Amino acid sequence: MQRAIGIAVREVSFYAAVALFVVLTAFPFYWMLITSLKTNPDLYNVTNIPFWFNEAPTLEHFKYLFEQTLFARWLLNSLVIGICVVAITLLAALPAGYSLARLTGRGGEALGIGIFLTYLVPPTLLFLPLSRIVAWFGLQNSMWSLVLVYPTFTIPFCTWLLMGFFKAMPIEIEEAAIVDGCSRLGAFVKMVIPLSLPAILTAVIFTFTLTLQEFVYALTFISSSAQKPVTLGVATDLIRGDIFFWGEIMAGALIASIPVAIAYNSFLDRFIEGITGGAVK
Amino acid sequence: MAAVLARDIFKTFGETPAVDGITLTVADGEFMVLLGPSGCGKTTFLRIVCGLERQTSGDLIIGGSVVNDTPPRARGVAMMFQSYGLYPHYTVRNNIAFPLRTQRIPRKEIDGKVEWASRLLGIDRLLDRRPRQLSGGERQRVALARALVREPTALLLDEPLSNLDAKLRASARLDIKQFQQRIGVTTIYVTHDQVEAMGMGDRIAVIDHGRIRQVGTPTEIYDEPADRFVATFVGTPPMNLLARGGGCLGFRPENFLPRDMIDGGHGGITEFSFRVDRSEYLGSERIVYGVIDGFDTQVITARLPPAHVAEESIRPGEWHPFAVRNSALRYFDNDGKRTSRH
Repeated sequence: MQRAIGIAVREVSFYAAVALFVVLTAFPFYWMLITSLKTNPDLYNVTNIPFWFNEAPTLEHFKYLFEQTLFARWLLNSLVIGICVVAITLLAALPAGYSLARLTGRGGEALGIGIFLTYLVPPTLLFLPLSRIVAWFGLQNSMWSLVLVYPTFTIPFCTWLLMGFFKAMPIEIEEAAIVDGCSRLGAFVKMVIPLSLPAILTAVIFTFTLTLQEFVYALTFISSSAQKPVTLGVATDLIRGDIFFWGEIMAGALIASIPVAIAYNSFLDRFIEGITGGAVK
Repeated sequence: MAAVLARDIFKTFGETPAVDGITLTVADGEFMVLLGPSGCGKTTFLRIVCGLERQTSGDLIIGGSVVNDTPPRARGVAMMFQSYGLYPHYTVRNNIAFPLRTQRIPRKEIDGKVEWASRLLGIDRLLDRRPRQLSGGERQRVALARALVREPTALLLDEPLSNLDAKLRASARLDIKQFQQRIGVTTIYVTHDQVEAMGMGDRIAVIDHGRIRQVGTPTEIYDEPADRFVATFVGTPPMNLLARGGGCLGFRPENFLPRDMIDGGHGGITEFSFRVDRSEYLGSERIVYGVIDGFDTQVITARLPPAHVAEESIRPGEWHPFAVRNSALRYFDNDGKRTSRH
């Protein structure tokens, strides 16, 4: 009897904990969804229950977002920036991570940690010096300034991530390829890259989401609406003076976060493999 | 196929010498075994031969040309790694074909050679599987097929049997030796297992601390060890050594027999009084441990054929007359080097 109660208590507390986390993680999405579908009178009447519709739902905010603002353009900008930054990051971090893992011996580890530390320097400290560089390239008020700046924090992290993964990969595979007739570069392309796909995928998702959520640099370097990425556009063009266009803001946030949520969920297992695969060496 | 010549090869990692001056000639088609304890530099030497490491000094000559600065891919050697190093994302067929593809051999020819190699090793039904779907023995065969398929100038094997269980190891030993003989490829085989070395090698190079202690046929290594290291490293149990005068006297456990089992023959015998402490019955042999009168601190072993040894001649705790034929005695000087006589 006592055991049955013990099991019941354990089960109940387990599911209670799970439920708590589900609520915690799903609530922002629910809040975004319901806010974006409410009519303005419903939103601004403080006597209404905020958790459900008091008037019939509407697609008004979405319509406004796509017809009256540059939201589609911002999405496109974010996508272009994301793809470019991912490409630049991989181009630099793959060879860098591989070199640190294989070629520099004992100094490699220290150098790897050093590179990772640069990732921890906050953007608020860096945007002033970086603005000089952006100006020097003539990229003020252009989304390409972000393509230039974002790799400064994505490359260090991805280099470190990939380095950990490469270290865990048995070196015999590359050596076998080298003896079998490959150059080191050939072994890297034919063996290392295909075998580190989980880690590369992790680096891609991580880089893409970082660029998608970045705000400080975008705010600093870009002022014209047509050049803004989605984070900046939603936050600056949908708040006019002290008026918050809550319905549109939430609609924009929802649309921007859905692809990320899908990417994370469908690649979650590989994502974890990528991160822990490097961590435990 | 080609002869491999190493001349005064040195390799140091930082301060530590890993290979300390190895000079070795492996004849065309020869099966040479590098035998030594772990960490003796044998694997490093093998990696120098295939080009994965560059020697600090010395010359390496494969097939008549100096290859000191030739990259591995141009040396034409094949290497089989201890962990096999199969390509996990390729099928068995593509694993075997890989060394041919890198040489840009026509596709038809590749297919024919893959067929030949997989038939030779009996893995032709596994061609479409991936390495992780194979057993240890099958993986080992795939690795061997991949090494043999391009008919290398030399075949380098780094402890290829250490990942197999004991039973499989015996049959794989036979297989490797047979393939090597059939193809006649120059082979350098690294191992710390003396059974593999004795059973497979045309010649054995015994290596310790980065130096070759002796090169010779298995019989030479076993019967005429060049120094105390070789004498005690090869053979289980190792050669018995008795400190005597300035050097020492050695004899193999199987030559140390009860007095009445030995006839004098020519050359005579040397008698010892042997106190048996313990005996192990192993079926085909009996290992007896004890001490010799006058050398109380040193454990001496005798390896006896159980069928021919009377129980009373090895009763524990008692002294028994034992003897060695003089022709089976080996003498070593103060530095451990072999000498003819004392």
